[in-house]
Amino acid sequence: MSISRRKFLGWVGAAGVGTVVARSAHASGNKHFEGYPGSFGVLHDMTRCVGCRSCEAACNHVNSLPAPEQPFTDLSVLMQERRTTEKSFTVVNKYSVASRQTPLFRKIQCNHCLEPACASACFVKAFQKTSTGAVIYDPSVCVGCRYCMIACPFEIPAYEYNEALSPRVMKCTLCYPRISQGQLPGCVEACPMEALTFGKREDLIETARERIRQFPGRYVDHIYGETEMGGTSWLYLSGVPFSQVGMREDLGVTPAPELTFGALSVVPIVAGLWPVLLTGIYAISKRKEIIFQQELEAVKKAAQSRSKEEI
Amino acid sequence: MSATTSRGSQTWFTPFNVITSAIIIVGLVITFLRFTKGLGAVTHLSHDNPWGLWISFDLLVGVALAAGGYVTSAAVYLFGLRKYHSAVRPAVLTGFLGYALVVFALHYDVGRPWRLPYPFIMQQGTTSLLFEVAACVALYLTVLFLEFVPAALEWLGLKRVRDLITRLTLALTILGVVLSTLHQSSLGALFLIAPSKLHPLWYSPYLPVYFFVSSIIAGLSMVIFESTLSHHYFADKMDQTHLDEKEGVTLGFGKAASLVLAGYFFIKLMGVAGGDNWRLLGTSYGLWFLVEMIGFIALPAFLYAVGVRNKDLPLIKWTALWTIIGIVLNRLTVGLIAFNWQLPPSRRYFPHWMEIAISIFIVTVGIVVFKFIVTRMPIFYEHPEYKDAH
Ligand code: SF4
Ligand code: SF4
Ligand code: SF4
Repeated sequence: MSISRRKFLGWVGAAGVGTVVARSAHASGNKHFEGYPGSFGVLHDMTRCVGCRSCEAACNHVNSLPAPEQPFTDLSVLMQERRTTEKSFTVVNKYSVASRQTPLFRKIQCNHCLEPACASACFVKAFQKTSTGAVIYDPSVCVGCRYCMIACPFEIPAYEYNEALSPRVMKCTLCYPRISQGQLPGCVEACPMEALTFGKREDLIETARERIRQFPGRYVDHIYGETEMGGTSWLYLSGVPFSQVGMREDLGVTPAPELTFGALSVVPIVAGLWPVLLTGIYAISKRKEIIFQQELEAVKKAAQSRSKEEI
Repeated sequence: MSATTSRGSQTWFTPFNVITSAIIIVGLVITFLRFTKGLGAVTHLSHDNPWGLWISFDLLVGVALAAGGYVTSAAVYLFGLRKYHSAVRPAVLTGFLGYALVVFALHYDVGRPWRLPYPFIMQQGTTSLLFEVAACVALYLTVLFLEFVPAALEWLGLKRVRDLITRLTLALTILGVVLSTLHQSSLGALFLIAPSKLHPLWYSPYLPVYFFVSSIIAGLSMVIFESTLSHHYFADKMDQTHLDEKEGVTLGFGKAASLVLAGYFFIKLMGVAGGDNWRLLGTSYGLWFLVEMIGFIALPAFLYAVGVRNKDLPLIKWTALWTIIGIVLNRLTVGLIAFNWQLPPSRRYFPHWMEIAISIFIVTVGIVVFKFIVTRMPIFYEHPEYKDAH
């Protein structure tokens, strides 16, 4: 199932990836967005994954990340649940599930959301959903507020807390530099079990459906990432309910930008109406004061003339 | 002024000076560590908990408690409550200092503070609520500065400029209210993007409304509380107008706080009803929510009302302090306690002592500057040359 280089290069040409370095992050706009047509993704079939950590090693290599404390061949790290860090853009976790004899393995990395929370949250537009499907990050503008990390529902971005002067947000790039040149992502290329499939997202969904249809006993009938948070470029198939392999099933299908749309649209209303209202209130209270003063004067005068009369 | 300085040089070793100096020295050492070793060396921030005490306390609490400035100037200049006029200057000054400190504190928290202007000059991330917060805070700091500056100009004797700026009062007040409405609410709206991380009892589409309404409560309570403190420490600086109006301010603001707290209670309740989260009230988070609702919203609403009715000034003052504690707890809850509530304890956050030390350091700097200003500039009294000029 993994894709031959020729075929892949063909797609790249078709999608115009080499030339189109997406201009604007549509994904951070306020309109619902179905994903760039022809954009790429990866399907991770957990029922095929054996937890060998080859993808971790390859990712480390292609991204020139620092060497890990324990070598990638050391499978004892699987005993603990891990998350992505600034030194590892992807990790594989092991889940022993009661209903199965063999454990399941899940690879975590950025899901490359169709409408990324991180991009919508960033106040300098450091994140961009490109037309390749990859969500990429530009460290040259990042201020380091880490709101993107607050926003990401999958808890993916990591931060270089130990960098004093030039800390960066770190996460999987979908191997943007490689796929732009027609190469496969490092992890996909390294996977010995074909548990990772790279391709156009539309095709991957078809492939996944086909597998579920052919082997209904092997899979739960759901493609994780097809609709979660508005859809992600990375897709998953599992043999057990996704919550049993540490994936949240309560995220809903609302893309992140929609969550803040209401609050943002209040801005022009407040900015437009408040001054008018407040000036009105000011005028009323001012007028009250003037009337009050006038009445006060009138009373004083009346009192004065009365006292004069009395004299 | 000269009297203060000469007296100061004789008895420098007052408890106040010794403690503040110690705090400031520790603060400077940690500042050095922060900018040479990175955030990791002085904080417990993690990939799971990218925002810690410096955001929840210095930013969320700081901005809420600095709301006194816009609340008071709106009351006096827009709603025509001119009898509270003497409360404006202290409130504007604390507001200005508060915001200045918030911005100062952010320089510790963000990874590359020298890039803080980037969202305005490089690329505008207008889809981000943080952009709105940043823009409003920057503009509002300018507004507060302009509102405060007449006091400084009177002190310096620059009459012409001062008269020019006071003519802007109405415009500045309106702008201040608009900007405050926007960023006070947006601080709450920051969390709208993370429904999966904030506990449902606190996550609500009304979060921006909650933050805005509670900022009014915080502003009113802070004015009452500050006036008590200032009266205690700076009574010799206050003129008769200030002293005469003080009781009226306390009663008037106490009454307003009581009403807004009652309203706040009901909209919070509506939030629970809207999310149909009643069953969560039985959990430990539910208990904490009830503590907040009953102990820090319903109770002070009631106590304020009683205090105003019986003209019981001490009760109103203590209620103000209690309410402020409630607002602080609310912001810490949203930012830290109820955030990431689903993570296992090992992945939760607790501040490093150095984070706490920096927060204390920043508050201390604020107090020192406040003291410097009120002992020199016409804050608690009207400058003799500008009487009735307001
Ligand atoms: S998974 Fe997180 S970091 Fe990756 S694109 Fe989605 S929101 Fe951004
Ligand atoms: S940390 Fe950087 S990338 Fe993330 S939201 Fe802030 S400025 Fe944007
Ligand atoms: S796509 Fe590239 S960066 Fe992402 S996990 Fe795979 S190898 Fe790492």
